[in-house]
Amino acid sequence: MVSESGGRAGIGAGAAASAGAGRAVFRRPIASRLAERALETLIRLSGVSAIVFVLAIFFFIFREAAPVLFSPGFKLSEFLFSTQWFPTSASHVRYGTLALTIGSLSVTGVAIALAVPFGLGAAIYVSEFCGPRLKEGLKIVIELLAAIPSVVWGFIGLTVMSRITIALTGTPVGVNLLNGGIILALMSVPIIVSIGEDALKAVPDSYREAALAMGANRWQTVYRVLIPAARNGLLAAVLLGVGRAVGETMAVLMATGHAVNVPHSLLDSVRTLTANIAAELGEAAAGSDHYRVLFLTGTLLFVITFAVNLAADLAIRGVRKR
Amino acid sequence: MAAPAGAPLFSRTAHVQRAERRQAIAKWLTFAMAVSMILPLVAIVGYLLYRAAPSLSWEFLTDVPRRGMREGGIWPAFVGTLYLVGLSLAVSAPIGVLAAIYLHEYAKDNWFNRLINLAVINLAGVPSIVHALFGLGAFVYAARFGYSILSASLTLAIMTLPVIIASTREALASVPTAFRAACWNVGASRWQTIRGVVLPNSISGILTGVILQVSRAAGETAPVMFTGAVFFKAVSRGDLFPYRLTDQCMALSMHLYTVSTQVPNVKESIPYATAIVLLGSVLMVNASAIALRVWLRNRKRW
Repeated sequence: MVSESGGRAGIGAGAAASAGAGRAVFRRPIASRLAERALETLIRLSGVSAIVFVLAIFFFIFREAAPVLFSPGFKLSEFLFSTQWFPTSASHVRYGTLALTIGSLSVTGVAIALAVPFGLGAAIYVSEFCGPRLKEGLKIVIELLAAIPSVVWGFIGLTVMSRITIALTGTPVGVNLLNGGIILALMSVPIIVSIGEDALKAVPDSYREAALAMGANRWQTVYRVLIPAARNGLLAAVLLGVGRAVGETMAVLMATGHAVNVPHSLLDSVRTLTANIAAELGEAAAGSDHYRVLFLTGTLLFVITFAVNLAADLAIRGVRKR
Repeated sequence: MAAPAGAPLFSRTAHVQRAERRQAIAKWLTFAMAVSMILPLVAIVGYLLYRAAPSLSWEFLTDVPRRGMREGGIWPAFVGTLYLVGLSLAVSAPIGVLAAIYLHEYAKDNWFNRLINLAVINLAGVPSIVHALFGLGAFVYAARFGYSILSASLTLAIMTLPVIIASTREALASVPTAFRAACWNVGASRWQTIRGVVLPNSISGILTGVILQVSRAAGETAPVMFTGAVFFKAVSRGDLFPYRLTDQCMALSMHLYTVSTQVPNVKESIPYATAIVLLGSVLMVNASAIALRVWLRNRKRW
């Protein structure tokens, strides 16, 4: 608390009320002070709410998932390392998520392989090479790109991109790993660009000036000075792009096809961990093993994205320290 | 570096020429990369518009779906999305703004507040389908709200919370510390300073952040799909208040998923038109928030 007494220049409603008390010390009415105390408590509670929500997410998901760990028909090693996913089979029920995990990894891999060079290249262009007006315009467009809903991306994958894929590669089915990867790449590029641009902007101008004064041109400055200096921030940009790609649901649900299998080529259909939950949660009876296994998959996803985000945060923190 | 004898003093050496060629190539390459993520998209949106054209009309927006969603309009879905977005923001905006005030104005740099920061970052990174599972486990079953607008919007609210916190913090950070110090020096308490100086100077930035969340909440599908949105709900045409809190509702994003993947023999242009309405409203809200921000930045006095 900064001060409860002394000259108060009419800020807040309570100031005038007690000014006529005839003493040098002004006190605000007790109601006003209590209201302030209550509000500050509310503010503190809201501040803590983020922690509460993260814990609550983990708790409620794991609470639905936990009973299956002790169910006789379930083995954790099978869940993690088997490629057989037959949740609704009558005689041969299997809950192996390896194919789904590989599906997630391969789609993310394709997306990142496309998005990282393009994203970082665009970030460098926006940050270092273009004029102020174009820069403003490009940043707005990138922000709008980031706002396109994932279900619209999925729809684009399903209708436009699948036709393009069929026309270019001659596969019979247009919704596959390549299609989903391209869609995901387009979705994660805006994140990589905006965070990468922030990272480059965070490099002090004195670095640029020093490099230019030494006779380096702009490109030499970029790859000899700025990229090494902004390394951690760029890494964080890539990681957050990966985070978005791994967690994306609707777009991959609609654009990657629906086959649970380990892909052997770019043109195979795959299913990801996220899409699998979205596709089957509606059909799984609440409380059944199938339902609980889907929640367990959710727990797995939560842990994966937690790790990725933590890594990105540590990378950004590394930037701030220097 | 000495120039060869006879050459003008400031001519470019071969080395410098090579460096400049490389710079030109790099510049064009990065430019091409920037453009190549924008142009295809403009083309795609143009194509969507072209395919949607036969269905796009005022009628399409205000009519109800007919013949098992194979014809007619999208009114119930549109209103449902308005309900979900409005309710979720009514919950997440106050909590998010207060949390940001705590983090930016009150919190000291200690381990506990770093933990809160980490929680905010992680909350932002949790996949939408995991939010859906959480909403199902917590609101639908544990809190017994059932599949309802209430469950769905609470799920959406928690999802949008971290982004509101982040944008509000940015708005608060843009108020110079000198403003606060001046206010403290005339004897105002911390909250009086926030109320009298910090909030009036940052309210527009906060609002911009909240508006941006409207578009994010409107586009989300997975979190509402399992907590309160349904395939079809009978609603009379043009009815503005068709749903109650405990009802299930239709949502535009979910409707797009449904008509494009689940319903056979839909009239060709309907999914395209639905996509255009969703995309159009999201981009319109976003563009207006950005315009507001640019306008405010230009008239800022410090």
